Amino acid sequence: MPLLSLDSARLRFGGIVALDDVSLEVAEGSIVGVIGPNGAGKTTAFNAITRLYRLDSGDIVFDGRSLRRVRPSRVIRLGVARTFQNLELFPRLTVLENVLVGAHASSRLQRENEQQRLALETLADVGIAEHAARPAAGLPFGTLKRVELARALASRPRLLLLDEPAGGLNHEEVDELVGLIRRLRDERELTILLVEHHMRLVMDLCEQVHVLNFGRTIAAGPPADVQRDPAVIEAYLGGELAA
Amino acid sequence: MRQRLPAIVSLLVVGGALAGLPFTLSGYHVGLAAQVGIFFVAVLGLNILTGYTGQISIGHGAFMAIGGYTTAVMSQDHHTNLVLTMLMAFAICFVVGLLVGLPALRLSGVYLALATFALAVSVPQLPLKWSKFLGGRDGVQTSKTVSHLWLYGAAWTASAILFVLAWLILRGRVGRAFRAVRDSEIAAVASGIELPVYKTLAFGISAAYAGVAGSLFVLATNGFAEPSEFGVVLSLQILVGAAVAGLGSLWGVLAGAAFVGLLPAVSSSVPVIGSDHGRDVVFGSAVVLVMLLLPDGFAGLFARVRRFARA
Ligand SMILES: Nc1ncnc2c1ncn2[C@@H]1O[C@H](COP(=O)(O)OP(=O)(O)OP(=O)(O)O)[C@@H](O)[C@H]1O
Ligand SMILES: [Mg+2]
Repeated sequence: MPLLSLDSARLRFGGIVALDDVSLEVAEGSIVGVIGPNGAGKTTAFNAITRLYRLDSGDIVFDGRSLRRVRPSRVIRLGVARTFQNLELFPRLTVLENVLVGAHASSRLQRENEQQRLALETLADVGIAEHAARPAAGLPFGTLKRVELARALASRPRLLLLDEPAGGLNHEEVDELVGLIRRLRDERELTILLVEHHMRLVMDLCEQVHVLNFGRTIAAGPPADVQRDPAVIEAYLGGELAA
Repeated sequence: MRQRLPAIVSLLVVGGALAGLPFTLSGYHVGLAAQVGIFFVAVLGLNILTGYTGQISIGHGAFMAIGGYTTAVMSQDHHTNLVLTMLMAFAICFVVGLLVGLPALRLSGVYLALATFALAVSVPQLPLKWSKFLGGRDGVQTSKTVSHLWLYGAAWTASAILFVLAWLILRGRVGRAFRAVRDSEIAAVASGIELPVYKTLAFGISAAYAGVAGSLFVLATNGFAEPSEFGVVLSLQILVGAAVAGLGSLWGVLAGAAFVGLLPAVSSSVPVIGSDHGRDVVFGSAVVLVMLLLPDGFAGLFARVRRFARA
């Protein structure tokens, strides 16, 4: 049984069909990529999974349980954490506090010292422990992406949703990120669903790739197959993928 | 511990100074200093709501009115111990605050400000409607009045207790959740924070503080509660106090309270402008000046000084 599945998910905004009968499965322990041109519905899928948006029809099942009636604030307690494409940090909190908030749901019975120790550990794990005491506002974009990653990890999730984790990174940084994501998956026994435009990252990291265009699935399968799929090449106008 | 040392030392110094103050001041000035203590409680309470959870209220005078009438009515009708009436004011306003917080969940920003403003306008009119219980235009008189010194002691003891309480609430998980809600509701929800719980809780706590301030406020006017005491200006004064103090930090509250508690009295005798309007002109100018020079209030100033000292 997959850890997460979307089952004929549909969602529209007025005239725009953002998710059009999307079905998708994520096996436990795997890294699955969602790609597609701008406006394809990738972020919308994440927002639907985390219940910020409500599906018009279809279902989302996590670990055998439908998320359709789960409150947005409960999703993380079930083991689903996420990052945001355009950063949703707490700018006036320190980096450490941002991570502590990430542990809000899982730390109810922990002492403050213990919470802080774990949060620092998580920061060290993603390589930004030295920024712990700084306010989030004003740090470079790449660091803030890591803060969001640490905040999501702090809840000890089973499923991690990463929305464009490589956004704004240079080549070396992307390589580093690939290593980091793989290590986190292995060490923390995570399942990862990620959205990315950076094709090399997707090809390196993902075991399965799901391609959306105008809210519709146009291809799905192992990266090498998807890369050769004519429908995918057409959607991208032969641009990024051929290169 | 070492990091906390400067904070503890400053608290002890301020606490010691406040304890010694009444012995060096005249009765009138003790009364003024008590007034500052009353504003301290109200500003502290509003800061928890506006500074920490980002919900603006221009209606805290309404909660002060409820607290003040609680004290006046209980004392008049039942001769209840005045300190007990303050605890009642705290409890009643906490519940009223929660109830007000519920519909406020649907509002934010300017709309929330306007809704709370409506509260500030309408609640003080209730005694006119229920004049049988609340004395109507004639007001309600407590069965006992208190001295300046008693008031001073009560106001600053309440301030100290409520300051420690606020610190305990805000320093850990709950305080972080409040500030997370303020900074990003979406990320807060995604982190598992129940917005309705924390937003209404902040309203309740904040209103409870205003309730205690209202009790003291009535005692400061010789135990007399009447609708006109709790006008809209009072709500604005608390908001100004919170802004001058600096939103989202506890360190500036004393400065904010002193600002709104003392300035009107100090500036009533300015030369040139004249005593009648001088007060308001000076107050208004001072507000503008502080906001321009200290956009993060006194708390922001202290933070800058601290950073400077460390560097
Ligand atoms: N809250 C919303 N209200 C209205 N329309 C929306 C909303 N969110 C998304 N959309 C629309 O739904 C479509 C899918 O958007 P989505 O953000 O999911 O795209 P995406 O695949 O993440 O694109 P990108 O790669 O640019 O991030 C777009 O047409 C977008 O304009
Ligand atoms: Mg997107």
